[in-house]
Amino acid sequence: MSIVTRGFRGRREGADDRLPPGQYLTHDFPVLSAGPTPVVSRDEWTFTVRSEGGERRTWSWAELTALPVEEVTVDIHCVTRWSRLDTVWRGVSLDALLEDVESAADFALVHSHGGYTTNLPLEDLLDGQAWIAFEHDGDDLSPEHGGPARLLVPHLYFWKSAKWVSGIDLLVQDEPGFWEQLGYHDYGDPWREQRYQGD
Amino acid sequence: MAGATYDGNLLAGPLAEVFAAEVTVAHARCAGCGRDSVVAELAVYGPDPGLVARCPGCSDVLLRLVRTPDATWLDLRGTAALRLPT
Repeated sequence: MSIVTRGFRGRREGADDRLPPGQYLTHDFPVLSAGPTPVVSRDEWTFTVRSEGGERRTWSWAELTALPVEEVTVDIHCVTRWSRLDTVWRGVSLDALLEDVESAADFALVHSHGGYTTNLPLEDLLDGQAWIAFEHDGDDLSPEHGGPARLLVPHLYFWKSAKWVSGIDLLVQDEPGFWEQLGYHDYGDPWREQRYQGD
Repeated sequence: MAGATYDGNLLAGPLAEVFAAEVTVAHARCAGCGRDSVVAELAVYGPDPGLVARCPGCSDVLLRLVRTPDATWLDLRGTAALRLPT
């Protein structure tokens, strides 16, 4: 009896390797909203960073898009268990926006039009980990997905990637956001399945 | 309210686990604009990551409800008063 082997071809870089625990793969882009979709035109859009000392820095749409624009291809993971792979975004890195802001803060509270908030450590917005994204898969970001611009922090569950982003407060002490006040995890690492407080 | 996924009748089951009374027939006063609404008339978004009930007048959040594997979280800070018929 002969034994036929297919040979060693190395570790397969398939979808299974890229799905965090408890997630399933989808090719749709589900819409989850906690309120009505804000209508914000690019003309009236602004983005404001407020430091812990009260210093404010505001960018208009023209000022934002005059900064270096990056294209990134990332996997995204929603706490409601869907994941999408190889999503393509264009936007401005938070590194470019925060480089001139004087701050000793350790935490960030992100604000959106419509009142949504979410919190995360400031270091998770830096070093090429987060963007203000305004294009998705080659098109302007639609309002239902957070247009004209949303935060993109793909290494954390997607509720941290606030739609309709309007600004960030830099804080010395952590302050829970909209879902973090109601039992969701303060950090939200999908690879450690940090869905709820205590996970 | 445009875009609301549901009305407040969706809250009947989850709130029945919290309150002894039938809360969807209660009146809720919005802490933002003061409008009085029957809970069943609220504009409800969700159900995931959680239920969010908003004022039909000013769209402020009156109620949020999240069920985690080991707890039910209910936030009523946007409700100035809840009037339950007796």
